[in-house]
Amino acid sequence: MATLPASPESIIAQFGPSLNFPKPEGIPGRDEPDAVVKTHCCFCGMQCGIKLLVKDNHIVGFEPWEEFPFNEGRLCPKGVQRYLQNDHPDRLLSPIVRVQGKGFEKTGWDPAMERIVSEIQRIQSAHGKDAFAMLSGVSLTNEKSYLVGKFARIALKTKNLDYNGRLCMVSAGAGNKKAFGLDRASNNYSDLAHAEIVMICGTNVSETFPTLTHWIWQARDNGGQLIVVDPRLTPIARTADLHLPIRPGRDSALYGAILHQLIKHDWLDHDFIANHTTDFDKACEAVASYDLDWAERITGVAAEKIMRAAEMWGPARTSFLLHARGIEHHSKGVDNVLACINLVLATGRIGKPYCGYATITGQGNGQGGREHGHKCDQLPGNRDIENPEHRRYISQVWGIEEKDLPGKGLTAYELMEAIHRGEIKGLISICFNPLVSLPNNTMIREALEKLEFYVAIDFFLNETARHADIVLPGSLHEEEDGTATTAEGRVVRIRKAIDPPGDARTDTSILLELADRLGAGEHFRYETSEDIFNELRVASQGGTADYFGITYQKIEDNMGVFWPCPSEDHPGTPRLWEDRKFKTPDGRAHFHGIAYRDPGEVTDADYPVILTTGRVVSQYLSGTQTRRIGKLVQQYPEPLLEIHPKLAASLGIRDRESVRVSTRRGSAEFPAQLVETIREDTVFIPYHWPGKKSANQLTSGHLDPVSKIPEFKVCACKLEPTGHLAPPPEESKAWASV
Amino acid sequence: MNAFRTDQEFFMDPQRCIGCHACEMACAECETNGQLPMIHVDYVDRYYTPQTSVQICMHCEDPVCAKVCPAVAIEKDEYGIVHSAKTDRCIACSNCVNACPFGVPKKIQPMDLMMKCNMCYDRTSAGKKPMCATVCPSGALFYGTREEMARQRPNSTPVNSFKFGKQTVKTRVNIMMPKGATELVVDDSE
Repeated sequence: MATLPASPESIIAQFGPSLNFPKPEGIPGRDEPDAVVKTHCCFCGMQCGIKLLVKDNHIVGFEPWEEFPFNEGRLCPKGVQRYLQNDHPDRLLSPIVRVQGKGFEKTGWDPAMERIVSEIQRIQSAHGKDAFAMLSGVSLTNEKSYLVGKFARIALKTKNLDYNGRLCMVSAGAGNKKAFGLDRASNNYSDLAHAEIVMICGTNVSETFPTLTHWIWQARDNGGQLIVVDPRLTPIARTADLHLPIRPGRDSALYGAILHQLIKHDWLDHDFIANHTTDFDKACEAVASYDLDWAERITGVAAEKIMRAAEMWGPARTSFLLHARGIEHHSKGVDNVLACINLVLATGRIGKPYCGYATITGQGNGQGGREHGHKCDQLPGNRDIENPEHRRYISQVWGIEEKDLPGKGLTAYELMEAIHRGEIKGLISICFNPLVSLPNNTMIREALEKLEFYVAIDFFLNETARHADIVLPGSLHEEEDGTATTAEGRVVRIRKAIDPPGDARTDTSILLELADRLGAGEHFRYETSEDIFNELRVASQGGTADYFGITYQKIEDNMGVFWPCPSEDHPGTPRLWEDRKFKTPDGRAHFHGIAYRDPGEVTDADYPVILTTGRVVSQYLSGTQTRRIGKLVQQYPEPLLEIHPKLAASLGIRDRESVRVSTRRGSAEFPAQLVETIREDTVFIPYHWPGKKSANQLTSGHLDPVSKIPEFKVCACKLEPTGHLAPPPEESKAWASV
Repeated sequence: MNAFRTDQEFFMDPQRCIGCHACEMACAECETNGQLPMIHVDYVDRYYTPQTSVQICMHCEDPVCAKVCPAVAIEKDEYGIVHSAKTDRCIACSNCVNACPFGVPKKIQPMDLMMKCNMCYDRTSAGKKPMCATVCPSGALFYGTREEMARQRPNSTPVNSFKFGKQTVKTRVNIMMPKGATELVVDDSE
């Protein structure tokens, strides 16, 4: 039974979210730290270098790490405040167990572990191995991502393991594999500096990757021009030479129309297309009728602007195309990515200095975490779990029979649907808060309530974990050694600064003990994180994401190493494709014919307005950490409904008026923020908040057929003014909404 | 020993501000500020634009705040840094708050003291860069040499002369302007 054991208010009173503020008088010991630990921010895929100040096993502050080559000391507000997740009053300091009617009570590690193992065994013997599922996340290091993949397959023996990367960049990963045979940013960001044209497609860079702004501005400082495609005038779009305010869900039409113009005006690299690609004819055929009038009608972007984008992109000598969730969170996310890649391939501007293409990975270890096997269809080294050769190789590395290696499981959202249908009865989760981060979360809540047994590993009691039977206190980013791979493909060292407090344990030690108690201990003999990494190196060897030549020492010596790095004397690969040897079976980059299709849900008379969702600069993902840091909460206290004044006027909505937003999935109230910086047919709500303030009550469960990413970025809604103004934002308790 | 680097200067380009507030949060970390930021980021007008602007103390060559201070609490040092009012002299009269052409000094109520940016004197005097300019992710705030700035931003030029009507104010902090500019005319209504 995984209904809440007590009222959410009483659980919040005990476990938060509560807000941690720095003390005005300062934190004792900051001026004379015992250690200054060079590590990385725990949040986004930029993985900015930062120095943590340590005193008596406490993090007491930070210093910018100016020598780290990507960010050179630069940080966003989340990075500045990250240290306040330490010594937090909400921190879980011992295992807790649900007591119906009371909430959660402390328990010991032994009884907790015994109960977990007996429940796993009970469910699996009654309903089969796959009836117990695991959900993971890519804030975990490479070592832990690898370990979770191995743990689920050979200790838990389930095929049903997936991760929150499923709602991050899987569309980009799938598109990159189809086009290039490999899934990584093709270039590091230093190739932005002298790009003549930088095209940013569906990424609110200045709020979601603030430190990347510097690199984009560098291109502009050197005379480059910037194109931004976004339904909203974001802070980075404000600085663009050309802003294309696209109607959400119409991206592939825009890129198809630009390709049409490249072909029409012969802005093509014929040599590159002939010698290094396939299927250009299919790409041409698909866009043959995508003229400017058609494109304007579909995308809502003026024909002249689309033409201008083609004129800027087409003849340029150098360029860099970046995209992120704005084009990936769609039921045609993979199509959108491939339509962008078509533009890069058609002009042959890849694999050369200042000629780049990259998805901007969102999560801290969104890159490394999607390579080493805690994804339902994947084995380490970005191998395919259904490929017999790949299965044989990994089985040999793991010392198991290939027949004992489970096959492909369900993806994250489908896994919750299977729980809802009663097919999956038990769940273990780490580093994932699906009740806030998955779409259509009324269904997610119902699914959680149907679980027979649920164990969560986390350092705070996140909203999903409130449904757990047992919660094991795991470790913060700064409490364990490891590596992460940045959005550029640079493998960096996450350094342990302190031990977990109280009875909390490292995530690794928890998984190792569980594996041992499940009878698989012989496969999990590691003394250190480096031991796990060294096994990962071997497991990745020969895969597309080849880490074999990367060692902890080499990372230390070079402040990071770019994979692929197949041997210890290999320097790593900051820029891919210089040799024009793509990793597809035929060695060529592949064009794809991308025919436009509508999003999963379009507006109609009942739901006439487009709803899109996204992030704000002061919050991170489901807010498990950032909704507990006082100043980050104060910066943007509650989710607002961004709405154009013309749309607001047509519905009689005033600024700060509470507006009821309804979709086919649910309905919720948000204060209106009237701004001219959004399309007139679209409203925007950021998604970091739980409960009644959750935008994901409204979003749809339409999935991309290939990547299975949910369509967070577009659905149909209706808006009703309530007639009353929302209370002042400083009175909002949205950070702990029930 | 004072290790203040006289070859380094502050360069500010409010147009590059992305409104992230990293500078305010980093500034507030300084213990002498008691968790209050001495730098301020504000929307210009969110209804029309996400444009924000950022303001630090410009450290005037001939600081008006010091001139109007009846208690002689505000001093400019040999490096051109205009310091916050001395706590033992400040009488919280707000003359400086009203006089500053950039709107920088603030009277902090609970302490009844004027406080403002002192260009992270604890850091700059030790050869480090001010915290706000070290963390700023977009280059709206930059601290370094004139040569570094010229190399990084070939199409901009630093300006430290501001015209308010008939009065010209010269500052230690530079504002980045389009190439060729020599002064920033804030108000030309004489």
